[in-house]
Amino acid sequence: MGIAETYTRGRQFAITRPGSVLVALVGAVLLFDLVAGLATGRHSFSGIGSLVWDGLMRGLVVGLAGIGLSMTYSILNFANFAHGDYITAGAFSGWATTYLVAGFGRADVGALLLVGAGGSVFGGTLGIGVTTTPVAVVAGILVAGIATVALALLVDRTTFRPIRDADGITLLITSVGVAFALRYLMQFVFGSDVRGTTSQPPAMALYLVDGAVRINAHDVALVVVAGALMLGVHLLLQLTKLGKAMRAMADNEDLAQITGIPTERVVRAVWVIGGGLTGVAGYMFILWKGTLGFNDGWLLLLLIFAAVILGGIGSIYGAIVGGLAIGLTASVSIVWIPSAFARAAAFLVMIVLLLVKPEGLFSGRSTA
Amino acid sequence: MSVRDDVAERIPGGDAGLIVAVLLVIYAAYVLAGVGLGYSVRGQLNTIGVLTFYIGVFAMLALALNLQWGYTGLFNIGIVGFMAVGIYVMALVSKPLYESGGAAQVGGLGLPLIVGIVAGMVAAALLGAVIALPALRLRADYLAIVTIAMSEIVRFSFLSGELQQFRLFGERVGFGGGSGLILDFTNPLEAFFQSFGLWDAYLGFVSVFEVIIPNNPKPVVDGLVYGAVLLGFVAVYFWLLKRTGESPFGRVLKAIREDEDAANSLGKNTNRFKIKAFMLGCALMGLAGILWLMTSGAVTPNFFRPRITFFVWIALIIGGAGSNTGSVLGGAVFAALLYQGPRYLKNLIDTVIPNADAPSGFGPAVSPLISNFDPAPLFFYTIDSVRQLQLVFMGLALIWLMHNRPEGMLGHRKETAAGIPLTGSRASASAETDGGDAGGGSDE
Repeated sequence: MGIAETYTRGRQFAITRPGSVLVALVGAVLLFDLVAGLATGRHSFSGIGSLVWDGLMRGLVVGLAGIGLSMTYSILNFANFAHGDYITAGAFSGWATTYLVAGFGRADVGALLLVGAGGSVFGGTLGIGVTTTPVAVVAGILVAGIATVALALLVDRTTFRPIRDADGITLLITSVGVAFALRYLMQFVFGSDVRGTTSQPPAMALYLVDGAVRINAHDVALVVVAGALMLGVHLLLQLTKLGKAMRAMADNEDLAQITGIPTERVVRAVWVIGGGLTGVAGYMFILWKGTLGFNDGWLLLLLIFAAVILGGIGSIYGAIVGGLAIGLTASVSIVWIPSAFARAAAFLVMIVLLLVKPEGLFSGRSTA
Repeated sequence: MSVRDDVAERIPGGDAGLIVAVLLVIYAAYVLAGVGLGYSVRGQLNTIGVLTFYIGVFAMLALALNLQWGYTGLFNIGIVGFMAVGIYVMALVSKPLYESGGAAQVGGLGLPLIVGIVAGMVAAALLGAVIALPALRLRADYLAIVTIAMSEIVRFSFLSGELQQFRLFGERVGFGGGSGLILDFTNPLEAFFQSFGLWDAYLGFVSVFEVIIPNNPKPVVDGLVYGAVLLGFVAVYFWLLKRTGESPFGRVLKAIREDEDAANSLGKNTNRFKIKAFMLGCALMGLAGILWLMTSGAVTPNFFRPRITFFVWIALIIGGAGSNTGSVLGGAVFAALLYQGPRYLKNLIDTVIPNADAPSGFGPAVSPLISNFDPAPLFFYTIDSVRQLQLVFMGLALIWLMHNRPEGMLGHRKETAAGIPLTGSRASASAETDGGDAGGGSDE
């Protein structure tokens, strides 16, 4: 009876959701290939472990930056294409601070403030790292968050608020304009060169079956900061009225307003939380990967969109899980496909999921 | 709106007259600025050729986008991906066969240019179908993200080493990877004239220009003639889209844009219409990509960054989505003011104030201003980085347009759906005719 029931239900599922079955099959084949590869020694455990670790780190950055995008997407109802450049803005403001604190008195202040534009100062020479210059890094994180909040509020006040009631596409196009203006203004000021920002961080080797997975201090810092912020946002939205107000607004803005929810204040709170997380994510991204260029945020943006859509727009847990999934896809996919297609694989996962389950993994749950 | 309409009505020739008038104003401004600063004839003609080229490509792309967004409401921000597929497939088909020792690392199939152009358009249309079939079920903003992700996937694919070189029909072909692909087929202009047997006549025509440009007038004349050819293509696009828009097919597209459910309930298979419109638009984008790049000698994948997609969007929004005339005007105004304008302005300023020693970065540019109130380095740095700043201007222009004039210059999106005028005394009669006509079997 039980078996027959399961079988019937399974058949029903296969008929109604052929796409999901296909995706599951492809996943199973890839997983089998991976296990077979590990068993036959085609892949090394430590190699796969390193890829997974790298993917998790990337995923934490994407997830952290995705929370803000997901919140504005669900509450203001538009895909904010300027989000990637908020990340870059956070990175530049934070790293200018870090350079200034770490290198004060050792190099020209202007060069430090411009994060060593044109090769005037090098992060490696200043010995920047979470273990070597902890004060500079903490100051940088704080400034990155605060500056991005200020930027997000300023852009909202000047650009998005006057057309708050316009449709999502109008706002989307406007945000593209914001993205262009911000990105190339930053290029104008900070230059177009990609600079190294950190010195080699201390690392430890974890032994995994047949080799070592190296984990360095900046990985640990990223885990700590991202984990703490994600937990903080979770608590904030669960334990305060703000979270409830956001959920109400995401559901129906007019209804929320006549119930007495100060919608503009909620919107401002969303920009503050989202902007802060985004700025810190930008800073940590640069700390983790060790280089900084004016295009970094924009290049990350599509992955963040993929993560947010994967997780379900409006859900912060969805953004985090989606971020980890996208990060892992982008890193681990090179086991099966040429590395040039790693990012393409992440986009493909998003497109496939949009087709199979357009409402996302954490479907329809808004802002919590 | 009404003021602009009045202006538009007073220009003889209607929409075509308006386009010609705007083009004349643009050219006059460029020529006057050049004359005022003592540009040589050669320089002037060169500027005009380049300007015409960009007006042509942006007008074509804006027209193709207008079919997708203005008529059908499909939010495509993967334009550059279709352009890339167009030119790369065209190169694959039309490049000469591989010969060892040549400059090109890979060859092509050696077919005539026209075959390559058609193949490129078909490939772009097919890619459009692959995207559209599943993605049209999605919300507009999801379609946007899917299309931009697709355009990046296309770019990564052409960048990858795996497609750098492969064998097709026993020939050594490929896409060249990150180092680019040399377009070593016959000069398209030469092929174009030779197909009519007019190449010698053309060379004779070029030599006439030796009167005003004494040495080597050919590159300059080539540029001008190619620009004129592009304007011819713009006219063809315009005619094609006007016919499409006014046909029963186009009426259904507009109905889909306004209310897809209503169009569906009237028995129109809206998905089929959307896919067809999307594919046609993609093929036209592919052709525009081919025309943009086939005279450039080489292509690299990183040319096809998403910013070009947004250039086209800005052009369409300036002109006004939903209007073909607006698309052409938007393309022209974008090319003249936002794309070529700042660069031309930089050249002009460079001629007036030669600044050999522009600072290399923002730091050296600003420090004299702070230390001894010397704004000159910052000014020179600003002029020198006009290529970045023009993108800032474009962003600000886009924001300004969305705030103040989201419908653009001519965005009368409520174009009459009927093929005959509905105004005046004939209104009631023609409305009836239209109703009977639209219900006919010709739509689907």
